[in-house]
Amino acid sequence: MLSEGHVTALAHQFEDLEQQREAASLGMWLFLATEIMFFGGLFTAYTVYRMMYLPGFDVGSHLLNVKLGAVNTIVLLSSSLTMALAVRAAMLGKRRHLVTFLVLTMLLGLTFVGVKLTFEWHHEYVEHLAPGLDFDLNSPHAKGAELFFVFYFTMTGVHALHMIIGLAVMAVLTWQAIQGRFTPEGYTAIEMAGLYWHFVDVVWIFLFPLLYLIGAHH
Amino acid sequence: MSQTAVETSPGVNYLNVKYGVKSWLLTTDHKRIALLYLASITFFFMVGGAAAGLMRLHLIEPQGALLEPATYNKMFSIHGIIMVFFFLIPSIPAVMGNFLVPMMVGARDLAFPRLNLLSWYIYIAGGLFTLYAMIAGGVDTGWTFYTPLSTTYANGNVMAAALGVFITGFSSILTGLNFVVTIHKMRAPGLTWFRLPLFLWAIYATSIIMILGTPVLAITLVLVALERLFHVGVFDPALGGDPILFQHLFWFYSHPAVYIMILPSMGVVSELVTCFSRKRVFGYSFIAFSSVAIAAISFLVWGHHMFVSGQSVYASLVFSALSFAVAIPSAIKVFNWTATLYRGSISYQAPMLYAMGFIALFTMGGLTGLFLASLATDIHLHDTYFIIAHFHYIMVGGALMGYLGGLHFWWPKMTGRLYPDGWARFAALVIFIGFNLTFMPQFVLGYLGMPRRYAVYPEEFQVLNVMSSAGASILGVGYIIPLVYFIWSMRYGPVAGPNPWGAKGLEWQTSSPPPTENFEQAPTVTEEAYAYGAKEARVV
Amino acid sequence: MWFGFPLRPEQASTIAEGIDNLYYSLTAIDLFFTAVIFLTIFYFMIRYRRRSQQETPEQIEGSLPLEILWSIVPLVLVVVTFVWSTSLFIRNARPPEAATEIFVIGKQWMWQLQHPEGVREINELHVPVGRPIKLTMTSEDVIHDFFIPAFRVKKDVVPGKYTSLWFQATKTGQYHLFCAQYCGVSHALMRGEVIVMEPQDYERWLSGSKKENSMAASGARLYDQYACITCHGAGKGPAFNDLYMSKVRLQDGKTVLADEEYLRESILFPSAKLVEGYPAIMPTFKGQLTEEQILQFIAYIKSLGSAERKAAHE
Repeated sequence: MLSEGHVTALAHQFEDLEQQREAASLGMWLFLATEIMFFGGLFTAYTVYRMMYLPGFDVGSHLLNVKLGAVNTIVLLSSSLTMALAVRAAMLGKRRHLVTFLVLTMLLGLTFVGVKLTFEWHHEYVEHLAPGLDFDLNSPHAKGAELFFVFYFTMTGVHALHMIIGLAVMAVLTWQAIQGRFTPEGYTAIEMAGLYWHFVDVVWIFLFPLLYLIGAHH
Repeated sequence: MSQTAVETSPGVNYLNVKYGVKSWLLTTDHKRIALLYLASITFFFMVGGAAAGLMRLHLIEPQGALLEPATYNKMFSIHGIIMVFFFLIPSIPAVMGNFLVPMMVGARDLAFPRLNLLSWYIYIAGGLFTLYAMIAGGVDTGWTFYTPLSTTYANGNVMAAALGVFITGFSSILTGLNFVVTIHKMRAPGLTWFRLPLFLWAIYATSIIMILGTPVLAITLVLVALERLFHVGVFDPALGGDPILFQHLFWFYSHPAVYIMILPSMGVVSELVTCFSRKRVFGYSFIAFSSVAIAAISFLVWGHHMFVSGQSVYASLVFSALSFAVAIPSAIKVFNWTATLYRGSISYQAPMLYAMGFIALFTMGGLTGLFLASLATDIHLHDTYFIIAHFHYIMVGGALMGYLGGLHFWWPKMTGRLYPDGWARFAALVIFIGFNLTFMPQFVLGYLGMPRRYAVYPEEFQVLNVMSSAGASILGVGYIIPLVYFIWSMRYGPVAGPNPWGAKGLEWQTSSPPPTENFEQAPTVTEEAYAYGAKEARVV
Repeated sequence: MWFGFPLRPEQASTIAEGIDNLYYSLTAIDLFFTAVIFLTIFYFMIRYRRRSQQETPEQIEGSLPLEILWSIVPLVLVVVTFVWSTSLFIRNARPPEAATEIFVIGKQWMWQLQHPEGVREINELHVPVGRPIKLTMTSEDVIHDFFIPAFRVKKDVVPGKYTSLWFQATKTGQYHLFCAQYCGVSHALMRGEVIVMEPQDYERWLSGSKKENSMAASGARLYDQYACITCHGAGKGPAFNDLYMSKVRLQDGKTVLADEEYLRESILFPSAKLVEGYPAIMPTFKGQLTEEQILQFIAYIKSLGSAERKAAHE
């Protein structure tokens, strides 16, 4: 089924657009469930080692830049706002707004990744906090701290990877939006990307306290 | 099912609608993808089987007849990795699931056909990495990759093998996702949940496990890779890590994984038993719920692989109790299948022989699970040949026989050809005999104390080992026979009609082979599943 | 035995017979139900074989009473098995108080066994019959597993921690010892023999064997060699008298038990558990002591009294 100028085609396996949309939605939710299990394994391992090496984990946590982490949190939360506004724009058929909000989301996402990689990671590497490379910390709890940093880099790295993939998807969608591919009747891809982006945001909401804030009162 | 679907002439069907390599490698037709999987997993089965053959040949002598210990260790590792990840886990879901799920719900394809093709390519990519690991010198950690052996001490291609398994896991996840969405959202009008064929209930339960369990294996392998690359102490105690944590994370997936391997086979058996006794499955809803119960409980029992690892007594108690619990739904299924035969009209074609073989061997092997859920006996039996016998009874005597039964059942539908049933029954018999001769002695070997993964062994174990190896050679022959007649049938087999078995089920309401869109007209369902009788079914 | 063919290892320990009885019962259940199912199917397949292409059997949907029956029966069966097995397991889990302790170090690909009197064995373990023996084990590299089929005992041997098992041999003789956790290329060769002797023969063997100092004496030598007295004899570190199995109060308020694990960790990772009232100045001895030497240290500390013995005397 094609409307003139709009290319929301009904894929041949579906009976109608509603079924197609529902299938896409269920598919994305199931995919997010797999992502929860994926990150869940990491969180479990982190929790176990935190219990084993509490002093070292506190030392490590204190060496992180809470300010930058907080800034990034705000940046990411804002990008979720702009993404939600993008979905709304698509729903209302406002193409220019859709493109604008998608671009804003990408800019905020790139800011996040940029801050993380160039400021935080680079700084931590220079300070000899990168495990296995040239980790060097003067503390009786260095062993625990090194393990903390293993999880810090792995968890934020896997998270950043998911963000980068999300950004790539969003770039494609922006291009398609410019071409006029999305209508109030057919904007499922934007919605699904929104779900994914919010999920990436939620993961960060867990990561930030677990890595940066949890030892603050010690 | 009501007859609103009209048969097409078998002239144009999904096999001959387009020719050429590109039309196969770029297909999004679930039926062609199923055949792509069939070819690939058959290939991997032969590689894994060859490794097993070499192992059994080697073990006829206590000092080893054939291989250096280092080579033997690589053999059992690659045998395990290939058979688990590249044969058993995909087998029924990727071949029969892909082919049948859309047809059984009355749809034209799965929910996400392109994702389906991607799943196959991901599977192939993972397979290539694993083959590379094998050819480049092998991996010798066992398929279980225990740390710190795999992270710090093993030479060999651990990274390549782990990467291969990691990649293939995504094929599993995406296939499961596709199935769940299809079954939820694309059922034909009138096809309520409790009218679904039991095969779909089984596939559904399997898919839940695939979706929720596989990611945990993925992240575990990522951590192993990080440890190997950067020498950080995630699982190596010398660097501050905990090797038991690896075991917890690994088995959290790998126990549910064994139910990924057996549930679909149980689904096939339901289909076979009903068709070849012309009776609805006894206790339909009990079997349906059992599948879901098995999937749910399967996530709670992983610690029974770790009774001797040094985990706490309390943890072991809990895992033991839950492991006993998971046996109950399986028992319920066995009884229901048996009751289905009561007062049926039973015929003995090859698929039915495989189904009966499954029930007998699964019962026997499943009950040996009780020995292992039981703490006191498991201490003695853990990591011995008893375990090997136990899981081969379930995986080969169970899952593989179910796979073969399903292949023989749906072959006419998939290819439009019949195979010689006489040879098929003969092969089933050879397989049954060869299988028992191979693995029954291993129960005794295990209780006598022969540990597993041993390239050499004390002399007093030789007789049982020779018996087992003799059985393995018979089993090997048994597997080759179907290969021959299936290939033969594709060219010379008699043409099968739409429903050579007289079975109920939407897939039999269309031609063999089916057209690309499966049905001429989208079907509507007005009957219960397996509505063989003319009258209303009675409740006893 | 079955036609002269062994179906089980020798019963050479106190727990072997109990385990075998459970095993036989489970075997009987397994064979019984397999036979029931197999024969029922066999019978049905013949009795209800298809006699004509047209026949349509009467359809039976199910039977709730039957479902309940064959849910309850397996449930009862597994509950009984669970209770039987678990009580056996719990009874067998803890060693008797007066067990002789022998130390095991597994490493690729050999077993090192240390008697407290100072005798060291490689791949062989001599023990007296009729006396409880507790093995405290660790690995120097990968996970191994200590398995004596004739005694029905098995336990993983894990690097970085101590695991233990105990047994009491009931028959003299020689029995296989296997490594039962795949540990690398020579895993199948990591085997040995357990030699059970009459107590007098064992004593004779012990005194006749090449002996170093007892483990405790070796530990005392290490204490001198590493000058532990500098802190632990001068109030700058906790004293060792009656330390073993006492409750230690840590700086963060928690209390831990001073068992082998704790002692080993304190030597290798002193900052992991800081004792209340002492400065955090202890250096680590990681890389300077072998697992064997650590065990000797622990034996020495045990010889200086334990909290249990102290409590018994009070």
